[in-house]
Amino acid sequence: MDLSNTHTMVPANDHGHGHGHGGHGDVRSYVIGFVLAVVLTALPFGLVMSGALAHDMVAPVCMAFAAVQIVVHLVYFLHMNSQSARTWNGAAMAFTVIILLILVVGTLWVMVHMNMNMMPGMTPGE
Amino acid sequence: MSIQTPLSGAQLDLVADHEHHHDAASTTILGFWIYLMSDCILFAALFTGFAVLRGSTAGGPGAKDLFDLSYVAIETALLLVSSFTYGMAMINAEKGRRNAVLVWLGFTFLCGLGFMGMELHEFGELIERGAGPDRSAFLSSFFTLVGTHGLHVTAGMIWMVTLVGHVLRRGLTEANVTRLACLSLFWHFLDIVWIGVFTTVYLLGVA
Repeated sequence: MDLSNTHTMVPANDHGHGHGHGGHGDVRSYVIGFVLAVVLTALPFGLVMSGALAHDMVAPVCMAFAAVQIVVHLVYFLHMNSQSARTWNGAAMAFTVIILLILVVGTLWVMVHMNMNMMPGMTPGE
Repeated sequence: MSIQTPLSGAQLDLVADHEHHHDAASTTILGFWIYLMSDCILFAALFTGFAVLRGSTAGGPGAKDLFDLSYVAIETALLLVSSFTYGMAMINAEKGRRNAVLVWLGFTFLCGLGFMGMELHEFGELIERGAGPDRSAFLSSFFTLVGTHGLHVTAGMIWMVTLVGHVLRRGLTEANVTRLACLSLFWHFLDIVWIGVFTTVYLLGVA
């Protein structure tokens, strides 16, 4: 079929066609991604469910596993690679990550300080 | 160049046509990608709202009292398997294997259905136990965040059924493969959002 040619054609240039298309995926990359994702999911679940982690270590450890797993999904399922950064998709994503960090870090920073300034007994979760 | 490799008029048309479709497909996918990025910001806002309100239980039940991690682990597994099966559908779509695409999409849909069934069951139980979205700010933000993700998954499943109809009717045309590629981005994206949900809502909540 003609279209199969279109979609497996991966030219050497990088004119925005690149990643995020599904065009670079093969079975091997999906299997690697799947196995890594299973491990990166099972470990934090196991650690929390068995209670093996000290309480104050749970958040940083789980967040680190999540961050690594997100990268694994981006690379093996969404086929992002070092070339993606030079495309419009990469630019859009970089912009999104900046907005996202400002939104999340900024909000938490402000709200935690607001909670600290509350009168005793008014703090949520106290 | 054109002198060295002369092309007939028909061949030139074909090349132009090919390039045109190729550009249209990558433009469509870029546009969809930008939509996904805006969706990222929507979810970031909901995650932030949840992070701020997670302690505000108003004397009601908290995450530790309500969530069962082994239940969440099964939901997570269903979504992860569905991401993999959608990847298999996509590989077959690129190779023009129509029936294989339909079978893998079927698996993906079933996983999505299982996930949504479990999530609605969980919501129903919480509401029955008096831990509905009206109970506390923590539960309002929980239902908003997890419910919005669930709505996205439901939308993805409706879209998947629609695409199965398209593929049955017209086969794996270029337009249909582009549509399948957009849904694959959407579906993988939802799995990424779920990583954030099971980490911040369930794991950090119960620990």
